[in-house]
Amino acid sequence: MKENPWIKDFPQLNNHLHYFDSAATSLKPVSVIEQVNYYNQELSSNIHRGMYYESQKATELYEEARESVANFINAQSNEIVFTRGTTASLNLVARSFGVNHLNQGDEILTSELEHHSSLIPWQYVANKTGAKIKYIPLSDQGRIALDAFKATISKATKVVAINHVSNVMGYLTPLKEIIAIAHEYGAVVVVDGAQAIQHIPVDVKSLDADFYAFSGHKMLGPTGIGILYGKDDLLSEMEPIEFGGDMALDVMKTQFSWKESPIKFEAGTMPIASVIGLKAAIEYLKNVGLDNIHQYTKDLYDYLIKKLNELDGIELYNHHSDTFIFTFNLKNVPSHDAISYFSEKHIALRAGQHCAKLIHDFLNINASLRGTIYFYNTYKDVDVLVDTMKEAIDYFKKLGF
Amino acid sequence: MNNLDHLYREIIMEHYKNPRNKGLVTNDDYKSNRIKNPSCGDDITIQVLVEDGMVKDVKQEASGCSISVASASVLSEIMIGRSVEEAKKIVDTYINMVTNKEFDESVDLEEAAVFSGVKKFPARIKCASIAWVAFKDSLE
Repeated sequence: MKENPWIKDFPQLNNHLHYFDSAATSLKPVSVIEQVNYYNQELSSNIHRGMYYESQKATELYEEARESVANFINAQSNEIVFTRGTTASLNLVARSFGVNHLNQGDEILTSELEHHSSLIPWQYVANKTGAKIKYIPLSDQGRIALDAFKATISKATKVVAINHVSNVMGYLTPLKEIIAIAHEYGAVVVVDGAQAIQHIPVDVKSLDADFYAFSGHKMLGPTGIGILYGKDDLLSEMEPIEFGGDMALDVMKTQFSWKESPIKFEAGTMPIASVIGLKAAIEYLKNVGLDNIHQYTKDLYDYLIKKLNELDGIELYNHHSDTFIFTFNLKNVPSHDAISYFSEKHIALRAGQHCAKLIHDFLNINASLRGTIYFYNTYKDVDVLVDTMKEAIDYFKKLGF
Repeated sequence: MNNLDHLYREIIMEHYKNPRNKGLVTNDDYKSNRIKNPSCGDDITIQVLVEDGMVKDVKQEASGCSISVASASVLSEIMIGRSVEEAKKIVDTYINMVTNKEFDESVDLEEAAVFSGVKKFPARIKCASIAWVAFKDSLE
C-alpha cells in the first residue's frame, strides 16, 4: 500500500473524517484556501473598475484565472464565461440559446442519466418553445451507448443535452463520437462536465463540444464559481440573461448596448475570491497530474470493489464505474436509514436521489447511497468504510429490516 | 444506549413493519395531502376525516425510510378521536420535540414520544416530521 502524499494538503482531513462525498463537492487544499484568504485580506476591491493597486491586482488575477481555465480545457479565454456553477452555466445556455433557437417540432435529445441540472432547464425550454424532449435509451447497465444514440437522433434534433460523466453511475459517455454524429445532423451539443473535469483531461477542441459546463467546487476550488465554455461564434450571437453593472457598454435613457462575450454574461460583482481560488485549484490539479490522480484512484477503487464483491448484504448498482463513483444500498434498508449509521462513524456518503431521479426510476429503486473515491482517500478510509458496511448490515438485520 | 439505538426504538420498528391505518380511501369527505421529498424519495399521503371539530379518521400511505413510514403510522393511530384543537397542539409539541426545541412536556405524545431520538440526527428531522406536517396542513 502506497502512502498518500497529498492528504497533508487537505486540512479538513485532520479530524477523523472519512470523506467519500467528492462527487457532491471536493475538499479544498491549503493553496486554494490561502488564495481565497489572500484576496479577502489584502485585495478586497472590485474588478474592472477601480483605478488603485488592489483593484488592478484583483482584476489581473481574475483574468489570469480565466486564461488558466481556458488553458486547462484547451479553449480561448474569451470562450470562458464565469457563472455560479454548472447549474447556472447550463441554465444560461438553455435560457439564452435554447429559448431563442428552438421551435415547435424541434427535438432536444437527452438521457435518463442526467443530473436535474442537465434536464430541467431543457424541459423549461421545451415548455416555452413547443420543442420535444427525447431520451436516448440506456443500455441494460444504464450506459449511454453510441448505437442507441445513433438510433435516436434525427433531423429534428436541435440540441443534445448530455453528461460527460454520470453523477450516479460514474460512466463515461462516448462524447467525442456523439458530438461528431450530432454535428452531422446540425445539432448543438451541451455537455454537463461537472463529474468529468476533476477526473479526466478535457479538451473541448478535440471533443468539438459546443458548450461545456463545470463547477469549481468539484475540482478542489471554492463554491460559488462555475464555468461555461462556449464556442466563440455561439457565445457571440447569444443574448445575456442578466443585465446590470459591468456587462453594459453604453447606457441611454431608452436603450443600452452590451459588451462582448464573456463580459456580457458576467453582470454585477462576480465571486472574485472564488475565481482567484479556482486558479489555485487548477494549478494544484496540474501539479498532482490528472494521470496520477486517475491511477491512484483507480487502484484504490479496485481495492474497494474487490472487498465489496465479497460482501453479501449490499446491492451495488455500478460495478464498472469509470470515475470511481460507487452507488449502492444495504439490502432491505432504505438509504436514509443506512446513512445515519455511516454518519455516526464520521463517514461522509450521500443518500437519496442525488438530483437524478430518472436514473433511480430506471434502476427501479427509490433512492441510493453514493460514494466517490478521490485521490485524497486512503486505503485505511476504504477499510473503515467496508468494516462499517459489515457492521451496518448486521445492525439493521438485527433490528428487523 | 448509543444515539442509533435511541433512534431505532422497538416501537418504531414495529410500526415500520406493520403500519397502521395504511391505504387511501376515495372519499371526498377526507382531506388529502401528499408530500414528496425529492432529495430522499419519501412519498407520503395523509387523509383526514374531520366531523364536528373531531378527527374521525386518518388514513396514510407512506414510502420511504423507517422513520418516515413509522411516524406516519404512529400519527394516524394517536390522532383518531382527538379534537382538531388537541390534534394541532400535539403536532406542534411533537415538531418542537424532534427539532430539539423547547416543548410542552405536559402534552402526552403517547407512542410518538419514542421519536425523541431524532433530535440527535438533524438530517433525519424531515423524515420524522413529513407526515405530521402533511396532517396539520389537512386540518387547516
